[in-house]
Amino acid sequence: MRLKIALAAFTAAALALSGCSAGSLGSSDDDGSGVTLSFMVDNSDTNSKMAEGLAKEFNAKNPGIVVKVETRPQGTEGDNLVKTRLSTGDMTDVFQYNSGSLMQALAPTKNLVAVDDQPWAGKLDENFKTSVTSEQKLFGAPFGTYNAGAILYNREVYQKNGLRVPTTWDEFMANNAKLKAAGVAPVIQSYGETWTSQLFVLGDFHNVTAAQPDFAEKYTANQAKYATTPAALAGFEHLQEVHAAGYTNKDFASAKLNDAVEQLAKGTGAHYPILSGIISQLLGTFPEEKDTIGLFPIPGDDAAKNGLTVWAPAGAYIPASTTGEKLDAARKFLAFIASPEGCAAQANATVINGPFAVQGCTLPDDVPQVVKDMQTYIDKPGASSLALEFLSPVKGPALEQICVEVGSGIRKAPDGAKLYDEDVKKQAQQLGLPGWS
Amino acid sequence: MSVLLETRDGTARDTGSPPARVRSPYPHWFYLPAAIVYGVLFLIPTFASFYFSLTRWTLFESHFIGLDNFVQFFQEPALVKGFVNTLIYGVVTSGAKVVLGLLLAVLLTSRIVARGYLRSVVFFPVLVSTIGVGLTFTVLMNPEQGLINQTLATVGIEGPGWLTDPSYALLSVALVDVWKGVGLATLIYIAGIVSIPQEYFEAARVDGAGAWANFRHLILPLARPATVTVIILSLIGGLRSFDLIWAMTRGGPGFTSDVIASVIYKQYQAGFYGLSTAGNVVLFVVVTAIVLPLSRFLNRKEVEL
Amino acid sequence: MTLTARARSWLIGSAAILVSAVVFLVPFAFILLTAAKDARQAAQLDFSWPSSFHFVPNLIEVLQARDYMLIIAYINSTILTVSSVAIMVVLAAMVAFVLQRRASRWNGLINFLVLSGLIIPPAVVPTIWVLDGLGLFGTMPGLIAIEVAFGLSFCVLLFRAFIATIPRELDEAAVIDGAGPLRLFFQVIFPLLRSVIITAVVVQSVTVFNDFVNPLYFLPGSNNATVQTTIYNFSGQFATQYHLLFMDILLVTVPPLIMFLFFNRRIVAGMTAGAIKG
Repeated sequence: MRLKIALAAFTAAALALSGCSAGSLGSSDDDGSGVTLSFMVDNSDTNSKMAEGLAKEFNAKNPGIVVKVETRPQGTEGDNLVKTRLSTGDMTDVFQYNSGSLMQALAPTKNLVAVDDQPWAGKLDENFKTSVTSEQKLFGAPFGTYNAGAILYNREVYQKNGLRVPTTWDEFMANNAKLKAAGVAPVIQSYGETWTSQLFVLGDFHNVTAAQPDFAEKYTANQAKYATTPAALAGFEHLQEVHAAGYTNKDFASAKLNDAVEQLAKGTGAHYPILSGIISQLLGTFPEEKDTIGLFPIPGDDAAKNGLTVWAPAGAYIPASTTGEKLDAARKFLAFIASPEGCAAQANATVINGPFAVQGCTLPDDVPQVVKDMQTYIDKPGASSLALEFLSPVKGPALEQICVEVGSGIRKAPDGAKLYDEDVKKQAQQLGLPGWS
Repeated sequence: MSVLLETRDGTARDTGSPPARVRSPYPHWFYLPAAIVYGVLFLIPTFASFYFSLTRWTLFESHFIGLDNFVQFFQEPALVKGFVNTLIYGVVTSGAKVVLGLLLAVLLTSRIVARGYLRSVVFFPVLVSTIGVGLTFTVLMNPEQGLINQTLATVGIEGPGWLTDPSYALLSVALVDVWKGVGLATLIYIAGIVSIPQEYFEAARVDGAGAWANFRHLILPLARPATVTVIILSLIGGLRSFDLIWAMTRGGPGFTSDVIASVIYKQYQAGFYGLSTAGNVVLFVVVTAIVLPLSRFLNRKEVEL
Repeated sequence: MTLTARARSWLIGSAAILVSAVVFLVPFAFILLTAAKDARQAAQLDFSWPSSFHFVPNLIEVLQARDYMLIIAYINSTILTVSSVAIMVVLAAMVAFVLQRRASRWNGLINFLVLSGLIIPPAVVPTIWVLDGLGLFGTMPGLIAIEVAFGLSFCVLLFRAFIATIPRELDEAAVIDGAGPLRLFFQVIFPLLRSVIITAVVVQSVTVFNDFVNPLYFLPGSNNATVQTTIYNFSGQFATQYHLLFMDILLVTVPPLIMFLFFNRRIVAGMTAGAIKG
């Protein structure tokens, strides 16, 4: 008898233990009145600050609604989490997620609430609209700002060496030669964090599309390839040339983003091809360099067609699982995000990295030089394009490793481009796109 | 752990069970709970992997594509690299563990001071989190600031980029693997050497055998079972290795230190479930095709004195 | 022992101590020292004495990071380790008992399956597929079941070798006293396995606690983090805050260290058990 009791107790204990996993510490203090909206954002410093800022302002203006920010990991782990929670109907009431191809992969028509009928829909910037539209329906409000994939450069170093912003690749390489002679690392690379290796390829897309306007379309349809389109291959070649000429920083193979940012701010490195958004990280550590760091697009062959490749803001979306009064509250919250007050709330919470996607939102006067530089390209007609990942659902997962290989001299550019085409093929086949099987 | 014991005397020895009784005190249903867990979470997935490796798969629906995944696996240079690296990694780590483990065991069974301390120190890394060890050594191996290269610099040697130079990355990780795992090999050897009857050593001494002769003619042949164990265990571990590589290089720079297990993870991350599963099947075949015949071969040879 | 032999033993011993200290202790000392430094000094990554001790502030900062993530992870890892090892040990002992005692046509197959469990690498995505089908993917019970399934083989082999040394007469006496199979096993055999159970518990606890791969695949999501995945994630977040990263690493090293200090002999016995019977 004793044995049975012991066994039962053991089983019960095991079940009790295994049934619960410690989800989070700290209490959730629901006061019972009004609606509580959960809002999930990724845990990057900038995004979580902006989300907190938005929630604070919104809560102050809407007494009946409380928005609570929840964070999730970034990168593929975060992607998996979002997809799993959406498909199990267990998503937060509102969530932030990439726009473009990643958003298309969420099966928006099935999993998200469309927002075309909302009054603010007409006030969105066209580029952003494209990147959160699926099957002619609009699904998100812009969270954050435009970003550019470009070359950040140290203006003081440029001044000291009497350099001019290059508009062609040859001018860029000539600048590099002078910088190297002056003892400055011309191009900073940070393969310690592999994603940072991709900008010479991804940020070159404006030049690709300028040379061949239908590239995105043909690429999605399996009719254009990186390896066989000279303009597209150029990105890989640039990576190779920079390494072959010895223009990278000495620790390019192990440097992390932080190291690269430090080198750029201190002027031991001159150029850093990266997403403009990292300027907020740079200014976090080196606030005095606000006007020292500037930006120019990755130069191509033709000075006349040179322009900027931009990344659309992320979106704030409502999942289909949000219903009833929560849905009404969520719509209100999205309207707030897509209003000038929402832009202001985000701008107050953190350093602004680029222009907003909502009409009527103005940038503060004291924006960093990088943003001013970006704005000139965005304002000039035809001088900016969305990055390929917003125009095509096809993006291979191994690009960062391939770029590291090409950029470290392990693999030649044509070979790298060919390998990437293979990688892309796997992705397209997995998505079941027409023309790829 | 006891693979070898089992393959060695694997034939069921118990012949003494009483002839058919009405109710055995050893009911078959005792197997049931373990069989359910093992069957559902290990056997079914293993069998299912053979089917899913032939499909393009999204977890919800699978689309049969024949051997395409395997063709891909052996065409794409990055994946082939992973295959070759797996073999290199397995052989290097297990070879190093055999040699170093044996030497350390001989040292730690001889009469030296602080033997207990030394055994503990060599063994402790075995218990420490692989991720923790990997991250620590990533810092120690940093080409510019790391302790290893800084120390080398003081004696005028310019250390390589351990983890960033494509020709060293895999071997550097293997080195850390040996650092972490040699304690277990040493321990197995110590147990093997200690179990050699003392009379043999005394007889050898009477014959006037020196330390080298002892090693060559006594320890080496008689510690053979231990050698077999170390080889098989570290091969199984080395071929399947993932966490250390992932913590230190993530297969980089580029694809130069990828092994099959890290390729499986990357394909999984990218959502290529069919391809990832094909990688699993390849790994399965590699491990069994190497370990099974090898353990048969090593176990068949009798110890010769 | 002659004088020269003793001198030689001292010489080799001292040399061994020196080498072992450099090779094996320096990395751990490096972890400890860096964990006690302030941010600026830790960033230099050198092997030096902390100019000022920041051990406690670093500890508090790491524990508070990401909403007390590390504490949650410790709770999760404890639940995982305790439950999976407990279940694994009981189930494996039942299998080992019958397998050793009763010769039947199943034995060959079961032996084969047990060995397969040690050699075959688990098929990852199909396992996720099965777990998902059972509604257990990404849940703690699912991961516990996974650890049980993957750890059974080792325990069965360990227990079987030990049960072979328990005389059959004990079983027969118990059966004559009227004990059924359950009572025979749980009241007679299981208590006799005490020493080998301790070995299995210690070895498997260390294995499960240090497991990184299975939580990575089968328990994704930051609310479910275990200690190992948390450390891994922190390594990105604390990329340049080495004092915090190494405080973290120190904290994952502590539980195995405690295990080691208490169960040194047990662990050694377990790790070599059965391997060297030739």
